[in-house]
Amino acid sequence: MSYLTEYLPILIFIAVAAALGVGFMLAAWVLAPSNPDPEKVSAYECGFNAFDDARMKFDVRFYLVSILFIIFDLEVAFLFPLTLSLDDVGVFGFWSVMAFLGVLTVGFVYEWKKGALEWE
Amino acid sequence: MLAAIAFYAMAATAIVSAFAVISARNPVHSVLFLILTFFSAAGLFVLMGAEFLAMLLVVVYVGAVAVLFLFVVMMLDVDFVELRQGFLNYLPVGALVALALFAELGLVASAAGQAGAGRAALSLGGPGEVTNAEAIGRVLYTDYLLVFQLAGLILFVAMLGAIVLTLRHRPGVKRQDIAKQVGRRRSEGVELKDVRPGQGIV
Repeated sequence: MSYLTEYLPILIFIAVAAALGVGFMLAAWVLAPSNPDPEKVSAYECGFNAFDDARMKFDVRFYLVSILFIIFDLEVAFLFPLTLSLDDVGVFGFWSVMAFLGVLTVGFVYEWKKGALEWE
Repeated sequence: MLAAIAFYAMAATAIVSAFAVISARNPVHSVLFLILTFFSAAGLFVLMGAEFLAMLLVVVYVGAVAVLFLFVVMMLDVDFVELRQGFLNYLPVGALVALALFAELGLVASAAGQAGAGRAALSLGGPGEVTNAEAIGRVLYTDYLLVFQLAGLILFVAMLGAIVLTLRHRPGVKRQDIAKQVGRRRSEGVELKDVRPGQGIV
């Protein structure tokens, strides 16, 4: 029970965020003038109608960037407990983490040298 | 009381949004419902006292994996209406997989209830106790050293695999090379021609 009260600030944050989001949408819905007309959404004088769906194949580089991001995200996630338990795990734990980081740094150097982080 | 309300609210949200993931017509809506499911599961983790797992769920799954899913859904040039046609055909196989998963979960739950396994390691973060993340940190880097380093190696292999599989350098793309720009001398860029009157430069 005390546990839930510890999280009360976060619950309040969530409630405020939800209220703001819904509030803005409701305000736009209520206050904005609405006068729909089919001509408003049609192509303008010199424009042309859309050829096909807006979804198209993107460059595969987007995947690469996000996959690399996830890998480093996970790497950081492994480091969070160390900040709390460095006193307990001592020198051995510290060097264990350094070895973990060393392996991933090799990968990072490979990816840098390979040019995976550069956009064409 | 409050905890029970929170549990039922989040569990119900998780189940409803998980169902919406597979029943939503628009695949982008499916991914958004998936994010809602992750959030509800994170809330359930917090209620169980596994704060670190809850934060990981939000940071890794909502922050990264769901975004990757959105990428995949928005980038794949697939006709989703056509894709949905065979939805019912996969139902028996899917039901089989779900049944197997459910049976395994039941086995794990009964085994954990019998032996009290893992109880000692789980800290609920009450007053005077260590927090969940600290309890994980105490054993992760020392007792579970091998598993920890293996996780690092798996991440390493994933990094190499992603690069090897997807990295293509397109030939003929002009890149900015700042060192080359700055290192340019006047003698390379400017040439003085002796122009004769009435003839121009050949």
